[in-house]
Amino acid sequence: MTLEIFGTYFVAACLFVGAAFALVGSIGLLKLNDSMTRLHAPTKVGTMGIGALLLASMVQSFVRGEGSLHEMLIMGFLFVTAPISANFIAKVQMHRRACVPPPAPLGDETWSTFDTPEADRVIDSPEDRPA
Amino acid sequence: MIRFWNWLLPHPLLTVLLALVWVMLQNQLSAGMVVFGLILGIVIPVVTAAWWPDRPRGFRMGRFAVYMLIVLWDILIANIEVAWIVLTRPNAKMRPAWVVVPLDLRQPEAITVLAGTITLTPGTVSADLSDQGHCLLVHALDTPDPDAVRDEIKHRYERRLKEIFE
Repeated sequence: MTLEIFGTYFVAACLFVGAAFALVGSIGLLKLNDSMTRLHAPTKVGTMGIGALLLASMVQSFVRGEGSLHEMLIMGFLFVTAPISANFIAKVQMHRRACVPPPAPLGDETWSTFDTPEADRVIDSPEDRPA
Repeated sequence: MIRFWNWLLPHPLLTVLLALVWVMLQNQLSAGMVVFGLILGIVIPVVTAAWWPDRPRGFRMGRFAVYMLIVLWDILIANIEVAWIVLTRPNAKMRPAWVVVPLDLRQPEAITVLAGTITLTPGTVSADLSDQGHCLLVHALDTPDPDAVRDEIKHRYERRLKEIFE
């Protein structure tokens, strides 16, 4: 009985923490004003928010005696895929020249996003397009 | 005999991982599911081996477990830090910066893990790789000293990954 009560409080705390981090992630998405900094809030705070919610779900299932480890997989897949989507968004912004230009890499290399033929480069806004 | 085992199990760790994921997807433990998971774990690496040339030979499991614990801890700290920055720091005072990290790692798998780690941890997102794969471009959310960020990435994560993928 005590374990059940303790578990319930733990689940409630996890839900609260998860929801709070998810909220901060959304606030960051709204508040930050530069396309690159805006990328930071959801990628990090999102993993933590979802992580806490999944932990709550897992603990709840064990408290009720069913037991579930699905959530570990969700967390694992999320940690593998979140950086990739962030990387793609960052690359799109570099490709569209929508951010502060990054410094050149060391040696005589270029960033692979900039290593495209002139014709394939996207022009930022409709006004910039040649008539 | 050894060649047979090498052919059947080109990647034993992947076999174990696939079997484990299969069992966890079922969300209940039964002998049939474990056997089916092992079949998948054997068939998938053999079938996909052709698309995975030059995969890393050495992989230190123990060190990787330590690395994962460090990264999990850093993710926890990073979340609190980033949440604090988002809530308290005005946009005008934000000091975002590009950081160029010269890489000592050469294996694509190791660089992928490093880039993923950087995105998940303190205020940094990995944005791009140079065309030869010798430099990593990282964007920092708020840093007074980009060189310190670079040194921390190299010392804290890259050094450990080099030891794991030797």
